[in-house]
Amino acid sequence: MSPEAYLILSAIIFSIGAMGVMLRRNAIVAFMSVELMLNAGNLAFVSASNTWGNLTGQVSAFFVMVIAACEVVIGLAIIVTIFRSRRSASVDEPSLLRW
Amino acid sequence: MNLSLPQAEALVLQSASGLFSLTWILIALPLLGAFLILTFGKQLKKVAPYLAILLSGASFIFGFTLFLQMLSQPETERGFLVPVYTWISSGALNVSFGLQLDQLSMAFVLLITFVGTMIHIYSLGYMEHDENRGRFFGFLNLFVAAMLLLVLADNYLLLYVGWEGVGLASYLLIGFWQKKPSAATAAKKAFVVNRVGDFGLSLAIMTMFLAFGTFTFSAVNAGIQNAQDWVALTIGLLLLLAAAGKSAQFPLQSWLLDAMEGPTPVSALIHAATMVTAGVYLIVRSATIFNASEAARNAVIIVGAISLLAGAIIGAAKEDIKKSLAGSTMSQIGFMVVAAGLGPVGYVFAILHLITHGFFKAVLFLGAGSVMHATNDNVNMRRYGGLSKLMVFTFGTFLIGYLAIIGIPPFAGFYSKEYILEAAFSHSIWVGLITLFGAGLTAFYMTRMVIWTFLTPARWEEGVHPHESPKTMTFPMIVLALGSAVIGFALTYNHIFEHWLEPVTGFEEPQAPISITALTTIALSVVAAGVLLAIYRYRSVDRETPQNVTVLTKAARQDLYGDLANETLLMKPGQVLTRKLVTIDEKAIDGTFTGLAKATWAASRLLRQTSTGYVRSYAAYIVGGILLIMFLLLIARL
Repeated sequence: MSPEAYLILSAIIFSIGAMGVMLRRNAIVAFMSVELMLNAGNLAFVSASNTWGNLTGQVSAFFVMVIAACEVVIGLAIIVTIFRSRRSASVDEPSLLRW
Repeated sequence: MNLSLPQAEALVLQSASGLFSLTWILIALPLLGAFLILTFGKQLKKVAPYLAILLSGASFIFGFTLFLQMLSQPETERGFLVPVYTWISSGALNVSFGLQLDQLSMAFVLLITFVGTMIHIYSLGYMEHDENRGRFFGFLNLFVAAMLLLVLADNYLLLYVGWEGVGLASYLLIGFWQKKPSAATAAKKAFVVNRVGDFGLSLAIMTMFLAFGTFTFSAVNAGIQNAQDWVALTIGLLLLLAAAGKSAQFPLQSWLLDAMEGPTPVSALIHAATMVTAGVYLIVRSATIFNASEAARNAVIIVGAISLLAGAIIGAAKEDIKKSLAGSTMSQIGFMVVAAGLGPVGYVFAILHLITHGFFKAVLFLGAGSVMHATNDNVNMRRYGGLSKLMVFTFGTFLIGYLAIIGIPPFAGFYSKEYILEAAFSHSIWVGLITLFGAGLTAFYMTRMVIWTFLTPARWEEGVHPHESPKTMTFPMIVLALGSAVIGFALTYNHIFEHWLEPVTGFEEPQAPISITALTTIALSVVAAGVLLAIYRYRSVDRETPQNVTVLTKAARQDLYGDLANETLLMKPGQVLTRKLVTIDEKAIDGTFTGLAKATWAASRLLRQTSTGYVRSYAAYIVGGILLIMFLLLIARL
């Protein structure tokens, strides 16, 4: 089985996610875009693992999923807190953390 | 009798027993006084002067007891070592806090405690109206303690402690009236100039440690016999520098005249009788070192001769009675230094003159203080005159001091100066002539002082009503005047003093090229010539300072341009150098570091523009960064 199609799909999903993070203002959407990027990575891992018959890639995918879950928990908590204090979920609003 | 034994063999020091092991009490008594008075000044305000007199007097009585005890010892067994405790013990360096009581230190102990106590008593009257007199007496006691430590130490390092101690006391007492800016400046000047001399002493001590690994007098004396020539020369010259600083000898003389800003008892005790003679003590104590180097001895003679003449010339031109006496002190110490530079012929006479000078110069200063006390602290001799009938005791004692300093027999100065002349002539005709000329100048300026102060018609300021000083002031003057009258004869009768000091300093009979009688006649004629010249010149005195005077007088009024020389040769180049160094420091060294800081700051100013606070731009940086890395990796692969 040729992995090219999967890798191309993975690259497309990753690019969509990256563009989403860079372009969308809504924090939740940006967050979902991050998830897209992570899953694009997972797809690449799994397809490569399948191609070479090596389980390491699949194990890595599990790690990524667990870390993504943790990230979601913390990230959502931050977003909710920011929304409560600023009444907005825009990522451009809290631009105070700078020089 | 012509003993020219090397000193180290002649001097036998034994460890002290009995009363002698308590020698440290001599120092402890005045030190206790200083501690109590300076710590509990407020509580002891009333009794402080009496406490100070008591402790200083007790020190004298104990010293006198030790002296009697010492007399009962055989002549060669009069030197004692009194170890008190181990002061520094660190590897190869072992210094004991040890005292050495021998004939030389004994003479000093008696002089310091006796004259010191007398001047303590005098201060009782002189400082009566000063509200800080408690502090004054505390400082006086501190001085006596430090001076005793200086002359009793058995090693150079401990001597250095006393040396600095008297310097500190001198600084504190010169600047006692701190409210007067001139007094504060004079104190600072004395401190700074003394520091130059102290530097010489510390270098001398370091050289000793380098050469012998120890500081004790006996070990250094023993080591110098086998040392190379340069060791004795180096140490000798450095010790001479130290002596010049402390004893106001050329070229470090300039502080002494300004030091007269201090209260008069201080001038009498510290800047006439005791502290300024510490330099002479140092040279005589280091006799073995100077015996080993003729060049060092010659340097001592030259320094002494210059100071002798310069001091006398300055003394002859000053109108301030205390400054005139200060010039005289410099000149008289010049006599002692010359004598000390002559070697074994002169050591004993240097100390003899030191002791007689301690008496008569103290009388003269106390007399000057008494006159100032009577004329509302005026020091200008052009405003005195006609005081002889109003101040009988002051005039009488001053006259005795005067006869003693110019060397009229049978007063003290005659004997000591005569011996110095004899020793100087036996060394060389030139040194002899210089001392002889100095003796004539002494007669001239002292006669001038007596005429101006006591004899000529009154030229007082308005509102001045001269009166005799209280008994607390006249009593010490009378005692010291009696001392000035008899001590010269008493000490030289049957050569007592020569025999007394000989075991410590060594002694050679002077061999003058002319007979003693002829020399005495010549000396007395020169003195008489000086006296007559002064009487002729100062038949009448102007109230104002004449301006059309000779170049020499002008120069002498300016302390022979000593301050000018210091300023142009040392102070101004020093200031220029400092300014230049400051510029280098600011421009080059500081510039480098502030430049670096500025560059960093500018760079960070640029960089922080990227830190916008927008999450999306950070994300873009990350993506951009990754793309860049991937791009570079691709290039690297190709």
